Amino acid sequence: MVWLSNGAVVVVLALASLAGIAVRRNPLWHDAMRRLARRRPITLMALSVFGLIALLDSVCWVGGETGPGSGDAVAAYEARSLLDRWFEPESFRERSYSAPFAAEEFYGAAPLEHPGEHWLGTDVLGRDVFFLTLKGFRVALLIGGFTSLIVIPIALAFGIAAGYFGGRVDDAVFFLISTLASIPSLLLLIALIMVLGRGTTQVCIALGITSWVSLARLVRAETFRLRELDYVEAARALGVSEFQIILRHILPNLAHLVVITFVLLFSSMVLAETILAYLGVGVDGSWGQMIDRAKDEFSRDPVVWWNLSAASAALFALLLSVNLLGDALRDVLDPRTLREL
Amino acid sequence: MAELLQVSNLSVTFPGSSGRVTVVDDISFTMQAGEVLSLVGESGCGKSLTALAIMRLVPKPGRIETASRIRLEGQELMDLAVPDMRRVRGEQIAMIFQEPMSALNPVQAVGPQVVEALRLHERITSREARARVEELFERVGIPDPRKRFESYPHQLSGGLKQRVMIAMAVSMRPRLLIADEPTTALDVTVQAQIIELLRELQSTLGTSVLLITHDLGVVNELADRVLMMYAGRTIEAGLREQILSRPRHPYTHGLLRSIPARAARGQRLAEISGVVPSPEHWPSGCRFAPRCSERLEVCTKQVPESLELDATHSVCCHAVAASLAEGAP
Ligand SMILES: Nc1ncnc2c1ncn2[C@@H]1O[C@H](COP(=O)(O)OP(=O)(O)OP(=O)(O)O)[C@@H](O)[C@H]1O
Ligand SMILES: [Mg+2]
Repeated sequence: MVWLSNGAVVVVLALASLAGIAVRRNPLWHDAMRRLARRRPITLMALSVFGLIALLDSVCWVGGETGPGSGDAVAAYEARSLLDRWFEPESFRERSYSAPFAAEEFYGAAPLEHPGEHWLGTDVLGRDVFFLTLKGFRVALLIGGFTSLIVIPIALAFGIAAGYFGGRVDDAVFFLISTLASIPSLLLLIALIMVLGRGTTQVCIALGITSWVSLARLVRAETFRLRELDYVEAARALGVSEFQIILRHILPNLAHLVVITFVLLFSSMVLAETILAYLGVGVDGSWGQMIDRAKDEFSRDPVVWWNLSAASAALFALLLSVNLLGDALRDVLDPRTLREL
Repeated sequence: MAELLQVSNLSVTFPGSSGRVTVVDDISFTMQAGEVLSLVGESGCGKSLTALAIMRLVPKPGRIETASRIRLEGQELMDLAVPDMRRVRGEQIAMIFQEPMSALNPVQAVGPQVVEALRLHERITSREARARVEELFERVGIPDPRKRFESYPHQLSGGLKQRVMIAMAVSMRPRLLIADEPTTALDVTVQAQIIELLRELQSTLGTSVLLITHDLGVVNELADRVLMMYAGRTIEAGLREQILSRPRHPYTHGLLRSIPARAARGQRLAEISGVVPSPEHWPSGCRFAPRCSERLEVCTKQVPESLELDATHSVCCHAVAASLAEGAP
């Protein structure tokens, strides 16, 4: 787990810097990104903060102090992230519910161990809700990112093959797409998770398998348009092979589409996991799970509102930022504006 | 002069509502090395398809019929395997397109696009390639080639883009350059410059040019010989002077009389009445017959044979044949 988590951090950072260099080298993309920064500075800042939280929760190692009073021997052998080490969740907890900033327990008025320090209260097990909410960022980004990573190659492969070669290939791909599209996706999702088993990876794979269709359709239609364009024809007249044409002329002209869809997919994946969590097959530690657990608290008297509110607010903040980003990306990456600049 | 290109019985068909429609119908012609042959005809008569067929790039579901023969320097292109044909494209035959606006990849700088074209056929380092491309840009009259190398298509004017296309096309010094209406999309002053450039390149490189146009002014500037097409068939072929000053086919006649500069001042411009029918509605017999002012009875029934007027001039017209037969005895 340590290696996987830290390795993922390295890979993500490496990819991000590579993308940064590539964008810097290409005037068209560089300019688009500059306009994006000018248009959505706050969104970008918010997303950076979210990303940073996820990173802090991903860099982890085993050992070190587990904090006084935990008395948990197992914890000493578990990988704990920077965020964990910051909050010391083993000791920074209560025996039961605490309201935000409360000095005593919500039910029973027993004095708290950390009075006034739980900004968003604690849950039924006495865990700090602010901490749990922050941990949800990593889970959400993981779901969105990993699923998109599965979706994009599948969608590109099928979409380009169908759009570029047409004929039989197109028929076959379209049959597959229509079949998938006609199965209620929630049913298919749950069935897949039943087969694959529960767990973050499995849920992401299941989400990926059920959601590549829309991007593939888009890519197919766009490829269909691109392959008729004069510069593809001109490339053929110069003796460029089909494979090279796809690589040099089709793919780069699909890039904007992929970036925009990636962002939109991202938010719909995070949302889909929430629904899965509600059905009891979500990813551990997600906001969906928090919301699912909080649904009973809502009928208590007096109401325990902070769990649900915290998870929903975080979910809302992330999705709003991502959707605002997607919207702005659509504007700055529109090929027509790209061309005219 | 050596024979460079020999096209015989070229037919291109597309699937239509009732069987395959022949849009290029049994066309034959030859080109000598270093010659500029102009293919002239109204929109939709099959000029572009003829050119694409020579490169074996007829778009699906179109098809070149099996009887067609295309020989380039003695090599039968119709029999070549796909990879060999790919080598012929760009290396021996290159093409310039009508729309410089859309013939360059919008997300790549123009220099690298030409570099890629070069490196496709030749093993050279990217530095050498870059030097060659800058040289080429200079050659085709692109000012400040070093700076233009990094430009994107949207940053260039139509004329400059067409120059880039020309640079790309001549980069491998092809034996045959096909120019499909290279000046139609440009404004008049730029047209003249591009024509001048083509003429200059043609004479210095010794490339043969198949020039597709419906602009007889361009024909007058560049062509050695002219091939007139109407509705998928050739109707008249001859040297430039023969076609421009002594045309025999009524269609060629009409076309020449409809040019403003040639009509006498104050006189109404002549026009050929009617429009070109679409390929599915091409009439039997002579396809021009319904619009022809010299139509005979035989014209609607029988396809006119090619008639050799002299060694260089031939025409497909019943009326011409009849008038010759009348004058002969
Ligand atoms: N993809 C296609 N499918 C069906 N018919 C086609 C296709 N492409 C061309 N045609 C038909 O072939 C005929 C000849 O087309 P072509 O493009 O060669 O004309 P053209 O002489 O180059 O005309 P223009 O001067 O407008 O470029 C047209 O009338 C058109 O109807
Ligand atoms: Mg054309």
